[in-house]
Amino acid sequence: MLFRRIIADRVSTTWMVISISTILVLPLVIGIGLYVKAYPLLELKPFGELIGSSTWLPHEQKFGFLPFILGSLYVTLIAFCLSAPVCLLAAIFITQFSSKRFIYFMHPVIDILAGLPSVIYGVWGIIVIVPFISDYLAPLFGIKSSGYTILAGGIVLAVMCIPYILNMLIEVFNTIPSGLKEASLSLGATFWETVKHVVIKKGFPGIISAFGLGIAKAFGETMAVMMVVGNMLQTKFDLFDAGYPLPALIANNYGEMLSIPMYDSALMFAALLLFGIILLINLVFRYFIYRTKKNE
Amino acid sequence: MYLLKEEMMTHNKMINIVDTDIDTDSILQISNLNVYAGDHHILKNVNLRIPKNKITVLLGPSGCGKTTLLKCMNRLSDLYKELDVSGHIYIENDDILNTYKNIPSIRQKMGLLSQRPYPLPMSIYKNVAYGLKLKGIRDKNLIDYNIERHLKEVGLWDEVKDRLHNSPHSLSIGQQQRLCLARGLAVKPRIILADEPTSALDPISSKIIENLFKGLKKHYTIVLVTHVLRQAVRLADNVIFMSHGEIIEQGSPEHLFKNPQTDKLKEYMVDGN
Repeated sequence: MLFRRIIADRVSTTWMVISISTILVLPLVIGIGLYVKAYPLLELKPFGELIGSSTWLPHEQKFGFLPFILGSLYVTLIAFCLSAPVCLLAAIFITQFSSKRFIYFMHPVIDILAGLPSVIYGVWGIIVIVPFISDYLAPLFGIKSSGYTILAGGIVLAVMCIPYILNMLIEVFNTIPSGLKEASLSLGATFWETVKHVVIKKGFPGIISAFGLGIAKAFGETMAVMMVVGNMLQTKFDLFDAGYPLPALIANNYGEMLSIPMYDSALMFAALLLFGIILLINLVFRYFIYRTKKNE
Repeated sequence: MYLLKEEMMTHNKMINIVDTDIDTDSILQISNLNVYAGDHHILKNVNLRIPKNKITVLLGPSGCGKTTLLKCMNRLSDLYKELDVSGHIYIENDDILNTYKNIPSIRQKMGLLSQRPYPLPMSIYKNVAYGLKLKGIRDKNLIDYNIERHLKEVGLWDEVKDRLHNSPHSLSIGQQQRLCLARGLAVKPRIILADEPTSALDPISSKIIENLFKGLKKHYTIVLVTHVLRQAVRLADNVIFMSHGEIIEQGSPEHLFKNPQTDKLKEYMVDGN
């Protein structure tokens, strides 16, 4: 009997170790795979030229990824600026000010938003956001625009990120002990002062990490953005002009124009860039969290 | 218009009650306090007086409503929206449950010390300065003076004077609790509400806190919640024994513990220490 229990113990431990090693190895395998595939291009052109140049002429073997990188950054930046304040204030309201009944009502709403497939957000962008920009918003500034713009991509992406960031922020604020709030209130702080000086400050590392994960997710989001962003090469930051983010480049072209020499390798390099940038974003935010926790 | 009239009438009625009922020796008076959480009747028609500059101990088994009663006294019950509070709590002629004054200034009349220390997420210095700044004090010299004074008052100054700008998490839990006490004293409260303040502390830190209370009662009124009988015997000038949301017995500790009148208290004195 004891022998069987010990065997079961060993088996379950081994099983867990195998599971965790798979998870640890996966990013490494993907990274190496992308690097191997992108290697022919890296052999042909220096890394600096690939990411620094904005000439994209695959037929002439000119691969400049700058417009794509910038396109991704612009869209992500707009999405972040639009969603971060909304999420922060909504999470504070849900966790600190609202009643329990409202929270029960709110959870399914967030879950629905989070569960919608991105293509639905894309269609919604095309039928609502794009016409809104071309017919109302752009003329307001005296600009002619097709509506398929960086701004449209940013708005759609922001809406997609909201449930994701909001859920994480709610978790963060729920971990703050009520004793801490009571301490601040009993010293004569108003509720808002308590939120500002205590709740946000205590949850700061968590808030940063929620934003970081949100940005990393937004950066790689493909389908919905691709449908509304216009997909035109562009390096300047213009809200009412089209852009071409990295994920859209890969999704639009992979499997299509692979007869062009080096094109396959170039798309793999784009994937590797995406991989690297998202890794970098995560590392930077991890470092922020580490710093704020240390200084606390 | 009708509502306004009704409001004025109740206001007048309240003033009348204040005139007739207030006892000059008691700083805090509770009458007909009822608290419900849904169908659950947590506090059942509580009436009591807290004498000035004395340590009043709220004694009773866990879950008897001691903490809820304490939280009603500084309106922290507002935080729990499921609680339905009715009745009157008078602090210095002010019915704080039905007041038109702002709640933060009422709360500043009471310092709170909770079961375990909750230092605010800022430096030791800023923890004590927090309440002062909320009072509108901006003069740095005055803030520095008060911080030193109150940290000395709780015997923490010598231990922290070289690391005032460090995080309070570098302190031991007993030191953190004293920091929380100093932080509460800095807003110049009239009453200290202590909710089992030594339950998370080791015996030595507990003793320090208990001794502090004995000294502090010269200047402050202390309401101490505890379920430890021995602590009540050591500290109390006045004991209120509660069970299931009701006040069972109250009086001086000598009187109460030598001649317990009710079975509940007798039972608690045998089992609860």
